[in-house]
Amino acid sequence: MTVVQFVLVGMAFFSIGLYGVLSRKNAVLILASVELMLAGVNINMVTFDTYLQDQLHAGQIFSLFIIALAAAEVGIGIAIILLIFRNLQTADVDSLDLMKD
Amino acid sequence: MEAVSLADWFKEVANWAFMVIAFPTLFAAWRTVSSNNIVRAVLYLVISLAGTAAMFLMLGAAFVAWTVVLVYIGAVIILFLIGIMITRAPLGVDSDLSHGRDVMLPAALLSIVLFAVTAWAVWDAFGMIMIQPFEPTSTADLANVLFDRFVIPFEVVSFVLLAALIGGITLARRDNTGAKR
Amino acid sequence: MHRLLTIASQITLAAGEEGESAAEEAHDAFVPGITSGPLVEWAWLIVVVPIIATFIIMFWGKKMPFKGWEIAWGSIGFVAIYGTVLFVLNATQGIVYEGAVEIAQIGDLTLEWGWVVDGLSIMMYFLVGVVGFLVFTYAKSYMKGDVRFTWFFASFSLFAGGMLVLVSAPNLIQLIVGWELVGVSSYLLIGHYWEDLANVDAANTAFMVNKVADAGLFLGAIIMAVSVGSFRFDDIIDVVVHGEAGMLSQYAFWAGLLIFIGAMGKSAQFPLHVWLPDAMAGPTPVSALMHAATMVTAGVYLLARLFPFYLDPTGMFAGDVRDIIIVIGGLTLFLMGFLAIVQKDIKKVLAYSTVSQLGYMVAAMGAGAYTAGLFHLFTHAFFKALLFLGAGSIIHAVHSNNMLDMGGLRKKMPVTFWTFIVGTLALIGIFPFAGFFSKDEILASMKYAGENGQDMANFILILGIAGAFITAFYMTRLLALTFFGKYEGHAEPHESPKMMTVPLVALAFFAVAAGWINWPGVYTGFTTWVATRIPLTGMGDHHPEGLDWSLVVIVTPVVLAGVVAGWFVYGRKKKPQAERDSFRIPVLWPFFENLYYIPDFYMNAIVRPIMGPISRVVLWFDMYVIDGFVNLVGLGSLGLAKVVRVFDQNVVDGFYNELGAGVGGSGSGLRLMFTGRVQQYAAFSFIGVVVIAVLFIIL
Repeated sequence: MTVVQFVLVGMAFFSIGLYGVLSRKNAVLILASVELMLAGVNINMVTFDTYLQDQLHAGQIFSLFIIALAAAEVGIGIAIILLIFRNLQTADVDSLDLMKD
Repeated sequence: MEAVSLADWFKEVANWAFMVIAFPTLFAAWRTVSSNNIVRAVLYLVISLAGTAAMFLMLGAAFVAWTVVLVYIGAVIILFLIGIMITRAPLGVDSDLSHGRDVMLPAALLSIVLFAVTAWAVWDAFGMIMIQPFEPTSTADLANVLFDRFVIPFEVVSFVLLAALIGGITLARRDNTGAKR
Repeated sequence: MHRLLTIASQITLAAGEEGESAAEEAHDAFVPGITSGPLVEWAWLIVVVPIIATFIIMFWGKKMPFKGWEIAWGSIGFVAIYGTVLFVLNATQGIVYEGAVEIAQIGDLTLEWGWVVDGLSIMMYFLVGVVGFLVFTYAKSYMKGDVRFTWFFASFSLFAGGMLVLVSAPNLIQLIVGWELVGVSSYLLIGHYWEDLANVDAANTAFMVNKVADAGLFLGAIIMAVSVGSFRFDDIIDVVVHGEAGMLSQYAFWAGLLIFIGAMGKSAQFPLHVWLPDAMAGPTPVSALMHAATMVTAGVYLLARLFPFYLDPTGMFAGDVRDIIIVIGGLTLFLMGFLAIVQKDIKKVLAYSTVSQLGYMVAAMGAGAYTAGLFHLFTHAFFKALLFLGAGSIIHAVHSNNMLDMGGLRKKMPVTFWTFIVGTLALIGIFPFAGFFSKDEILASMKYAGENGQDMANFILILGIAGAFITAFYMTRLLALTFFGKYEGHAEPHESPKMMTVPLVALAFFAVAAGWINWPGVYTGFTTWVATRIPLTGMGDHHPEGLDWSLVVIVTPVVLAGVVAGWFVYGRKKKPQAERDSFRIPVLWPFFENLYYIPDFYMNAIVRPIMGPISRVVLWFDMYVIDGFVNLVGLGSLGLAKVVRVFDQNVVDGFYNELGAGVGGSGSGLRLMFTGRVQQYAAFSFIGVVVIAVLFIIL
């Protein structure tokens, strides 16, 4: 097994996730795409952790942190989407252009 | 750092296992961002995350893998599905989940360029360097490091989770006082 | 593998002096022919195929020519064939094998996914496979035209797959995984017609009651694992056999009791039986599979799997729990039979009948009769599936569940009628149908246990004989009201299509022949088949040399008396349906019709008192604690904000107003780029990332 093969999968995840974030309209699916990007980062972390034979396992520890933060992010994200939905009756990000001006 | 030739790479059984995992995983990831059925997109997300968990297992990071399974596939997916239900998303095929072609093409282009650049950089730096044979990380080792060296980040993360909890509650609860004001 | 064999021999030695000669005999006879080889090593396919099928149906089922049914049917057919091959080979040569894949190592604890291929699990593979196959065949035409046809078969496959995960489990963890899979998929299936609120309630009841019981199973499994140090059945049985109770000796009773509570939930034992009759809300094929081979057998299976622990030859383990088990089983078989008499819904009659028959199995386990309990499970699976599918065929024809809408169907649906008769004779236990042998063996085992010091067994034996009378009585009522008399329904009844009658005939064959594989004095192959892993002879299991004639001469006349009484009350007069069903005994009947007031009791004593205060506490907590906290934070920030404002207005604003004026000029030019859409901002930032990355690489 080489380093590159895993890292490439991680990068592919990240890019696919980025595509999703940019091209999706539905807010829930944008969050899902963000999860894909974070998964890509996790693959990177763990791959290099294993490759470097790190005694501290920093890569794995930080991928755990990322997972925890991602869970928090989804929780908050869904709460925000819920709030938006309550106010605007839609989860479509196109209708959210209040940041204009 | 030991490099390996492409021919030898193909001879290794683990690499075939890797490909068996990686390609469906990437396909699922692709369907997550391209499917026109919102529930199905989230279910594909489950598959792709399960694929990453399998890759963590291949890399010997068993604890991370099971955490992914428990936290993502167990909990986060439920959150997503609840989000879908609460926002009354149209179940079934719905072409209105993505932007039109005018947004998709630039987005695809940007993603492909990003991938190409980073992929080239990684290839340039590492080539066919192998991952050395390794021992799977034991949970005990991980716990020792986490509660010793990384105890402060750990506490910070716990605080962030607390903040997220309170934030989630305040955001999502119906504001009854607003009407009176 | 050698370890299993040594366990087997040690068990026989531990059996003590009394059973020594018999035990050694059994040990000599016990030489499993197959302990390795591709056939058993690939047996994991049995478990995996239906689960994969579930996902295939879910994703691609709708596009297939038969809308996913063919995948479900093919996968269960595979299980049926594989199970039959294993069953036949086990019968001829004996199979003991256990495969396992390690999936995680957490501390000292190893998590394994494994597949056990021994007499007990092979019997279950065979049952789930064959009964499932016939039910799936039948379901195709029964479910024809249903809006959620594909989804139904996806959940149905998962249901079978979950049961196979459960029975193939070599450890408690995997068993619990299968246990929950069965629970979840049963929830989906019972609530299949969720447009009707009553069905949703039924699904919820089933889920909740099972969860209450599952809590017992979890706690029991944890106690067991902590005191034995392993979740594996092998290790647990090893400890029991060696009599090295250690830590377990203090907790064995509680572990045994808690695990039995888990089994009570799934096997619908009194007082946790309430969910099973409600589970009728699902489509009939679901009821047929659920009541026959899957789900309700899980509890009995669990007791059988841990049988040495309960049988407790050394007296250090859960032997005392058996007295509780036999009483619960006895009460169930007796009390639930009565409820079947007063039901108007044909499926509910059969459902209470199932609960009552499960009582027999559990009571048999409590009496220490391993073979008898499993044998009744085996035969019951066939004839109960037959009866349910027959009832489904009737419902399909008359479009009603209510027996008052039926009557006189004998001429119109001959195949259904005759197969139903076979099923009924098997259920009430008439020679030579299957139920005769299995029920006789259970009663004989009770008698044997009573003679050997289990005092309770004598009492339960009487209940068992009375139960046989009740069974005959309500089944006669069912037959009389549906097939005899005059038809009073609205739809035009007709015989069901071939796809539905062929499974009926096949099951009718099994309902007759399944009893012959354990015919005391003639052929007792079943006893050795299910015991290939642990020869149980000499461990309290009763193996009569021939039929116990003293029981037969009591039970058979009792059964016939039940039939005659039933016919006398319900079948004699050629009157309208409602009038024929007007037989009532004043005090008892209202009591039965209200189901012994158990649902009311649950509602008033448990659900309301708990739900009320809890919701009030949650509301209070929300109003005072959370709101208070939020308000406190708000007040704090308000105070801080006042301080900041002074600084802000005077110092900062002054600076930024100046700056703002300058930026405003350039900003209005850039403004065209910013449409207020977050995604575009993200895109711009990633363009920046790419540019920076390229610069880094080039430089």
